[in-house]
Amino acid sequence: MTLPGLDFIVPAAYFAAAVMFIYGLKGMSSPVTARQGMIWAGVAMLLAVLVTFVHPAVKGNYMLMLIALGSASLLAWWWARIVAMTDMPQMIALYNGMGGGSAAAIAAVELLKVYSGQVALAPVTIMIASFGAIIGSIAFSGSLVAFAKLQGWMRKSWRFPGQQIFNLAVFAATLAIGAWIFIDGPTPMLLALFFGLALLAGILITVPIGGADMPVVISLYNALTGIAVGFKGYVLEIPALMIAGIVVGAAGSLLTQLMAKAMNRPLSNVLFSGFGKADEDAAGGPASGEMKSIDATDAAIQMAYAEKVIIVPGYGMAVAQAQHKIWELTELLTSRGVKVSFAIHPVAGRMPGHMNVLLAEAGVPYDLIFDLEDINAQFPTTDVALVIGANDVVNPAARKDTSSPIYGMPILDVDRARNCIVIKRGQGTGFSGIENLLFFEDNTRMLYGDAQKVAQALIGGIKALG
Amino acid sequence: MEGWIALYIFMLAAFTGIEVIRRVPAILHTPLMSGSNFIHGIVVVGGMVVLGMADTTAEIVVGFIAVFLGAGNAVGGYVVTERMLEMFKTSGSKNEKNKEAS
Repeated sequence: MTLPGLDFIVPAAYFAAAVMFIYGLKGMSSPVTARQGMIWAGVAMLLAVLVTFVHPAVKGNYMLMLIALGSASLLAWWWARIVAMTDMPQMIALYNGMGGGSAAAIAAVELLKVYSGQVALAPVTIMIASFGAIIGSIAFSGSLVAFAKLQGWMRKSWRFPGQQIFNLAVFAATLAIGAWIFIDGPTPMLLALFFGLALLAGILITVPIGGADMPVVISLYNALTGIAVGFKGYVLEIPALMIAGIVVGAAGSLLTQLMAKAMNRPLSNVLFSGFGKADEDAAGGPASGEMKSIDATDAAIQMAYAEKVIIVPGYGMAVAQAQHKIWELTELLTSRGVKVSFAIHPVAGRMPGHMNVLLAEAGVPYDLIFDLEDINAQFPTTDVALVIGANDVVNPAARKDTSSPIYGMPILDVDRARNCIVIKRGQGTGFSGIENLLFFEDNTRMLYGDAQKVAQALIGGIKALG
Repeated sequence: MEGWIALYIFMLAAFTGIEVIRRVPAILHTPLMSGSNFIHGIVVVGGMVVLGMADTTAEIVVGFIAVFLGAGNAVGGYVVTERMLEMFKTSGSKNEKNKEAS
């Protein structure tokens, strides 16, 4: 009996990896098994990478391979470790962009090989390779723009009249060059133009999209990268890539829709609403009126004698880890007969579900927590809406100001409450850089400070009332 | 590869992807996005194959980029997801105890 050869071991390992990826992804869709699922996927990845060193098509460049693997792994590991928890969304964008770029680069090598005549690919294969190249390039440059925006390197949503038509033209030109490559065969000139245009398209699509919509956009690019990877699997004849890529592409597409739905916003709205609407500096326009501040003692009195209070947590609560103090405050108010509920915006805290988890950790019962649709009607009859470090999700500009980048986004209507108290660290704008009209409303009072300390002060204030 | 078989693989994989996460709760949207971001890091394997086949300088340079970017996707995606799931794990609250003290 002979031992199985490499031509058996390599495909077998890829097959095992594909199974583990699907199993891992399945685990990730439930909170209980999520970490276990991740470990399965990690083992699959390790196995697939190791076995590729003995892949029959791999003939050399092992040293370069190790250098690329090692340096990228170290850099990515280091950056992912040191980055603050709150910056996670942009890290997903960055790493996703790298995947898209990798898929595009694979296509480039394959097409270069066709040009130099070393490889003859079937027309269908060239077409699939080219589509993968376009999708991968768009995911790459688009994700990098998303990263730059979330990271704060790029604050402006850059717009000009006729932008949508211009973008369409760039995309059409990319397809035309792709068709040219398909018919006449690739040349370095054409390839450079092809990839250049595809990258440009990714940038142009992403640049006008506002910060609050970014999670949905990142999810979309994530799905696109998956599809590009799946296509590369076909070109390279590695079914594991096809399966992992398309599974992620399909799951990612569904996830994108779910997220868009959670924001009560069709995807087309996210992608195209910003276009051709308004002048560039709509985001920075100064609001009229002035911010009026309040101190914790007065705020405590207002809440203690209220009938109904709605608490709107946001990113600031997460940063200050104030959820325990907030729950203590809630219990105290409830014991005085105040009706307290929590309102959570679908994208509060920048990560969907972030607030639910933090409140659950502090012991807030689920029946006190309400979604946007369920609670918005209640604000007009609410005495105090307490906003804790939330910004864009309570900005009435989304309702009133057609020139605002977030116009059309559903918000929590805290400005309709009789009084609104906003706990906020400083006077600046939020991470999207949009002026918040709420802060200038007549019934709004600003309570400056770290959310945890302020909550402590409010608790003290209420206790002092006896 | 036979085109029809590839089409079948794509079709089945697409249904699998949709079914697997169909009933995911909203709180897991972001970790799941991050986890699937890690999974398409498998593209690094494709990068290794093309780098392994590369001959000309241009091919080697682009192939190197493919491996570098793919490895960054995989490793970064893994660490980010791990950290995120860490945070989503409920860790019995330590502040509860000193509640009455204040």
